[in-house]
Amino acid sequence: MSWLEKLLPGVVERQDEVKASVPEGLWKKCPRCESVLYRPELERHLEVCPKCQYHFRLDARRRLNLFLDDAPRVELANELQPTDKLKFRDTRKYRDRLTASQRSTGEKDALVVVKGTVRGVPVVAVAFEFNFLGGSMGAVVGEKFVRAVHQCLEDRCALVCFAASGGARMQEALISLMQMAKTAAALERLKKAGVPYISVMTDPVFGGVSASLAMLGDVNVAEPEALIGFAGPRVIQQTVRETLPEGFQRSEFLLAHGALDRVLHRRELRDTLSRMIAKFQGLPPLAGTH
Amino acid sequence: MTEKRDATHSAFTLDFEQPLVELEEKIEELRRVDQDGALNLADEIRRLEKKCAQMTQTIFAGLSAWDISRLARHPKRPYTLDYIQAIFTEFDEMQGDRRFADDPAIVGGTARLDGRPVMVVGHQKGRDVKEKVRRNFGMPKPEGYRKALRLMETAERFRMPILTFIDTPGAYPGIDAEERGQSEAIAYNLAVMSRLKVPIISTVIGEGGSGGALAIGVCDRLLMLQYSTYSVISPEGCASILWKNAEYAADAADAMGITAASLAKLGFVDQVIPEPPGGAHRNSGVCASDLQRALIEQLANLERQLPEALVDTRYQRYTALDHYL
Repeated sequence: MSWLEKLLPGVVERQDEVKASVPEGLWKKCPRCESVLYRPELERHLEVCPKCQYHFRLDARRRLNLFLDDAPRVELANELQPTDKLKFRDTRKYRDRLTASQRSTGEKDALVVVKGTVRGVPVVAVAFEFNFLGGSMGAVVGEKFVRAVHQCLEDRCALVCFAASGGARMQEALISLMQMAKTAAALERLKKAGVPYISVMTDPVFGGVSASLAMLGDVNVAEPEALIGFAGPRVIQQTVRETLPEGFQRSEFLLAHGALDRVLHRRELRDTLSRMIAKFQGLPPLAGTH
Repeated sequence: MTEKRDATHSAFTLDFEQPLVELEEKIEELRRVDQDGALNLADEIRRLEKKCAQMTQTIFAGLSAWDISRLARHPKRPYTLDYIQAIFTEFDEMQGDRRFADDPAIVGGTARLDGRPVMVVGHQKGRDVKEKVRRNFGMPKPEGYRKALRLMETAERFRMPILTFIDTPGAYPGIDAEERGQSEAIAYNLAVMSRLKVPIISTVIGEGGSGGALAIGVCDRLLMLQYSTYSVISPEGCASILWKNAEYAADAADAMGITAASLAKLGFVDQVIPEPPGGAHRNSGVCASDLQRALIEQLANLERQLPEALVDTRYQRYTALDHYL
């Protein structure tokens, strides 16, 4: 416990203790530089530590709120509810895990789809809710993603995806694996139609999400220091039994190995991505860009 | 085929196979005695053979998902090259991804199926220790997936149907694989396979390990051998995450429904190929010829479709999955 936590019990909370349903305190500690940050200031900085630039994870709605223009916004495919076709049960029932996640996040499943604009450029933006079963991709996530793609095909507007996911959802077994093929097939149609797809990887992106929709962008970008990979570092460590290189599977590592176009600071996302999309779609320069 | 190799492999027996192996050894013994001397043991041999067949049936009728998972990984089970040899003629291997390396964990090349030119691609595991290491236990790296894609795109240019054989624990989880873009290699295959204008038939012959399997498994028809499995994660992996203990692998195998029979019930599999009594490794010839017949029939059906219709149907097959309902 830090001196401040002792001094002000219950006011400071660690990031891993933050839950949407828990009333938030006024102070938050940066897990990297350990600075104690004043919440309203952190919010002004788009949940990026003003001292060390650590990017806090964002929930799906906050992510889309920060990215999209205030209006117009229409949420798509929000009626889809997850089901438990396999009656899956591990130490807990899948159904109970779903209910608990739905309660704590207020979302029906791990993907939110909103049609809107970024600096006036029409887009469909989708964001993974990492707090919902680790942002895992099951049937509902796959279906919502494909509906987003189909909306983009219909409107010929760009798709922007903010991925934050541990991968395919084990509790949906092969159904979840097939979402990889499903989302990749839809994105291939988008590509063929010449409609831009921007994939933004945020901390973390692994497994079945990394090895399908996340890596298929016309442009692949990531926020700084996000962990991104196919296999998790622990699995790799157990397999190869050697020390993992410094910065392994971080955004900067992927950039150096040619997997990403750019690593973008959160405050650059709106400007840079809207500017790129405008060029891909043959639109005139956006006001204020250079 | 060396004697040493035979010796190491005859030593491998799954627990539920043990009584069968013992009985078979006894029958062998009697046969030897029968050949040598004047004793007429034919009746006794016949009796034991019948008993053996009954026992096989009883044991195999009661296999759990975990038992089947272990059968799918049986070291004596026929691998892709065994099936290629038995099913096709004129197999000419094509190697390398033209970018970085050849990955021996995936093999492929042109061949003929019943005289018809086709492209064959499959995961390849090794038989002996040296070969296992060379083939990286059937776990491909990005260059393996990129080779597979190169071959499949070649097939499309020359209007050759693609037949893939799935048998992998999964894509290789290693530092070099990550550096060269394992995720991208798999994702790219999924995307391109969804629109190749030639028929694709995938057959799971052993382990269908997650994205590493699917990366050569986007298809018009999915076939599974009776004792093969297909799964989003290995039972051990699932158990260690959800049960926090890999020893619950049997429970995980059961919960995920990874067997051909369970997946056929969910509508994922177009045809389950029954295996000979005791599994494919006990009579690989019969298994291969059954699979050959199925492939010829399925291909004949697919070839009636125009390329555009084929691609549209494949798109529907994946995007219209309505498992969220």
